Amino acid sequence: MSDPTPEPRGRLSGLAAGLRDFYSGPYRRTFARAQQDEDDLFMVIVMAEALGVPNPASYYTVELLPAVYEQFHAWHRRMGLDRSPLDTFSCC
Amino acid sequence: MNSLLLAVIGVGMILAGYFLYSKFLASKIYALDDSRPTPAHTMEDGVDYVPTNKYVLWGHHFTSVAGAAPIVGPAIAVIWGWLPAFLWVTLGTVFFAGMHDMGALWASVRNRGQSIGALSGRYIGKHGRNLFLVVIFLLLLMVNAAFAVVIANLLIGTPTAVIPTWGALVVAFLVGQAIYRLKWSLPTVSVVGVVALYALILVGNSAPLALPETVWGLPDKAVWIILLFVYAGIASMLPVWMLLQPRDYINGLQLFIALGILYGSVLLARPEVVAPAYNQNVPDGTPGIVPLLFVTIACGAISGFHGMVSSGTSSKQLNKESDARFVGYFGAVGEGLLALGAIIATTAGFRTLADWENVYQAFNDGGVNAFVQGGGTIIEAGLGLPQSLSATIMATTAILFAATTMDTGVRLQRFVVQEIGDVIGVTVRKNLATFIAVAVALALTFGAGVDGSGGLLIWPLFGTTNQLMAGLTLAILAIMLIRRKRNPLPALIPLVFVGVVTIYALFIQLGTFYEQGNWLLLVLDVIILVASIWVIVEAFGAMKAARSYTGDDDAELLAEATYEAEDARE
Repeated sequence: MSDPTPEPRGRLSGLAAGLRDFYSGPYRRTFARAQQDEDDLFMVIVMAEALGVPNPASYYTVELLPAVYEQFHAWHRRMGLDRSPLDTFSCC
Repeated sequence: MNSLLLAVIGVGMILAGYFLYSKFLASKIYALDDSRPTPAHTMEDGVDYVPTNKYVLWGHHFTSVAGAAPIVGPAIAVIWGWLPAFLWVTLGTVFFAGMHDMGALWASVRNRGQSIGALSGRYIGKHGRNLFLVVIFLLLLMVNAAFAVVIANLLIGTPTAVIPTWGALVVAFLVGQAIYRLKWSLPTVSVVGVVALYALILVGNSAPLALPETVWGLPDKAVWIILLFVYAGIASMLPVWMLLQPRDYINGLQLFIALGILYGSVLLARPEVVAPAYNQNVPDGTPGIVPLLFVTIACGAISGFHGMVSSGTSSKQLNKESDARFVGYFGAVGEGLLALGAIIATTAGFRTLADWENVYQAFNDGGVNAFVQGGGTIIEAGLGLPQSLSATIMATTAILFAATTMDTGVRLQRFVVQEIGDVIGVTVRKNLATFIAVAVALALTFGAGVDGSGGLLIWPLFGTTNQLMAGLTLAILAIMLIRRKRNPLPALIPLVFVGVVTIYALFIQLGTFYEQGNWLLLVLDVIILVASIWVIVEAFGAMKAARSYTGDDDAELLAEATYEAEDARE
């Protein structure tokens, strides 16, 4: 989850920015990890059909393939696969 | 002695340490160099490694290291009189804690932001690393057990703090919702949150709550302790944004407000210190001042826990090397000021010597309740708030410190349990790991009886473990300085001192636990004793090897860092 607080304006903006850092700093890592977990789950759902898992929603998810293509390389590396597991996805 | 004079001398000594000694350390010992890029820049990833404004980073660092320990330790230790505690806190902050905290930052920054655990593997050997895991497990265990007892004592001693304590959870929960779901701006939420917290203190003050003396055959203290662990277990499993993050934040703001209130009241009220400078009339059964003073006040003088925070998170966010002086050394200064405030509250906050002696009837009797009572009196005299309201503010402050440390402690202990599971090849699920973390801490708390006295009995043992960790960090610093052919004495002298008092204290406690037939604590003591002697032998071996080291450690580290950075880019 990224920091949702809006950009501060006006004279107190420096203080507000400092407060925001003070609020979110200690938990940056936790949020980044949570985001990564969610992204991974999303990736698995979108890629299910391509990975050989029957997916009743593939009619919809196929449209999302371009959206996850950018992160595919990072994902398969994170999953412990040095090379892309799909012939159709030759990212490396 | 007037408390204002005591505060002025103490603050003056600590600030002089910051302006003079830390400057010497920065230029001559650590040779902080802004032309060397810090890991926050070379390894910036927007997650762990983020260059951060030094004031913000100081805020993080200070609120992470300041828990209940700098209050509990001095509040117990003034039983020997105010002077020994005062000297150990001021001199300890200047020559021990500041040097140690700033050094841990420096050592970690030069080593790609690695933690003390990893550094001990590098400089002391792989046994050093294993030892680190053992010590960290025990340290977390003791923090969880001791803080639960501290909070339970406060809830019973100050029933007016019950509503603000549990109400603070609701406030934190709502703050989380306001920020993430309702998208309120942070400054607004901060003001509303702090106002709500103080409103709860007012409500609690007019509506004290207490448990019946026995519930289901258990004494009220035991019930509070169990409830606290149930809370900590649940809190440690909830998503952090829901409770822990807003709670830590509100608590951080409250820390600054409470310190301001306490010192402001001392300035306005200037109460006399009624406790003796050196107490020769200590109650029966009080252990000897040497070495117990030096392990009873751990945080506030020197604390290994600070090294973990410095090298764990702060070092990865340091914008430039010279910031280490402000973040590390001034972080220790903040902690020293908190400990000094605790000494003043527990020695000047009583009307007569007899009142004070009445509270300090036995070792461990004084503690945080004396801080609440004494601090309450000072605030009443300074700001004119009614005594009970002032006491409620102090109690809520102390409880919030202890509780945030405790729920984070349970969370960290869960990770440690899972890690140990990984090492022996067993996957431990989140729920089971949390259950184990809570169960071992409960076993320790109730190990000495159903009243939960085991928790506070281990307080000096917590001190020794914490000092042992500090010794480990100081040993690494000494080795790094010897390798660089710089003067290692600023690290070696504290190291020898801390090592001697820790081992001495462990031997004394060994005798006490044996006499009491307290086998659980006896076993823990033996483990820590073996670990301390082990680390000392290894560290001195490593120092001897470092003397014949002819390479350029800094150049090697830089080359390694460049290589790793290139590797990561590929």
